[in-house]
Amino acid sequence: MFKATVYVTLRESVLDPQGNAVHESLHSLGYDEVGDVRIGKYMELEIKSDDQKAAEERVKDMCEKLLANTVIEDFRFDLTKQEG
Amino acid sequence: MNFAVLVFPGSNCDVDMYKAVLDTIEQSVEYVWHLETDLSKYDAILVPGGFSYGDYLRPGAVASLSPVMEQVKIAAEEGKLILGVCNGFQILTEANLLPGALRRNQRLKFHCDFIDLVVENNQTPFTLDYQEGETIRIPIAHGDGNYYCDQETLDELEKNNQIVFRYKGTNPNGSISEIAGVINERGNVLGLMPHPERAVHKWLGTDDGKRMFSSILSYWRKQYGTA
Repeated sequence: MFKATVYVTLRESVLDPQGNAVHESLHSLGYDEVGDVRIGKYMELEIKSDDQKAAEERVKDMCEKLLANTVIEDFRFDLTKQEG
Repeated sequence: MNFAVLVFPGSNCDVDMYKAVLDTIEQSVEYVWHLETDLSKYDAILVPGGFSYGDYLRPGAVASLSPVMEQVKIAAEEGKLILGVCNGFQILTEANLLPGALRRNQRLKFHCDFIDLVVENNQTPFTLDYQEGETIRIPIAHGDGNYYCDQETLDELEKNNQIVFRYKGTNPNGSISEIAGVINERGNVLGLMPHPERAVHKWLGTDDGKRMFSSILSYWRKQYGTA
């Protein structure tokens, strides 16, 4: 069994209006050191598999088919082995 | 002519779409639940607005994987007419039937208003009864209508005259190149954020949407006679 943690963010080339709004709010709080802010999604998936390589392939497929829209979003993920 | 109005859990413009077909062109129209696996009897498929699956993950993402969407893809390949409005447009881009994607509105606000649109291409089955360059008034109501595609795709859209509608004056959502609606390269799948089905009577504020429905019927009659 694995746990996949999937991160989806807007592509660098795509304007992130939420990120910009949060950036401005942080500056208004005095956190002037904050540069670019990107807002994304974090997902945890329980993967019933014993084969890490196969699981990686499957999760990549899931990201491309549903979890991210690759026209506007990038994704990355980590797999960690779970006991039981 | 037989119309289908697709219904997903969370669709909410399906009734407007259904009544628009009856009120404008008096053709046969039926609601089709998203689990349906046969669309062969329909000549045109209308994908209505709303919040299919609560906009979970991304607007249109989950609906684009519904069983009926496999049939919509087959219908598109057969050259049938497919129109997606608002959430319907989002579903069609998520299903890769149209290029690009719809992002959150640039100012992050849900925007509900009458807006002016320019008809950029009146050589499509959906816009035959409009004049090229004509300004029409159609309502919008969306929070994720900010059309995006990369530069290469935009160049293609321009080259093939696939940009069918542009916002005139203030762009309500920050879409690239003021795009409000695009058609596929073949010219049988149109998606747009504004709601022509809500603009079919003067007493609704505007009846400029009527001619989208009359265009579809005129086109179909030219192809297949007056059946």
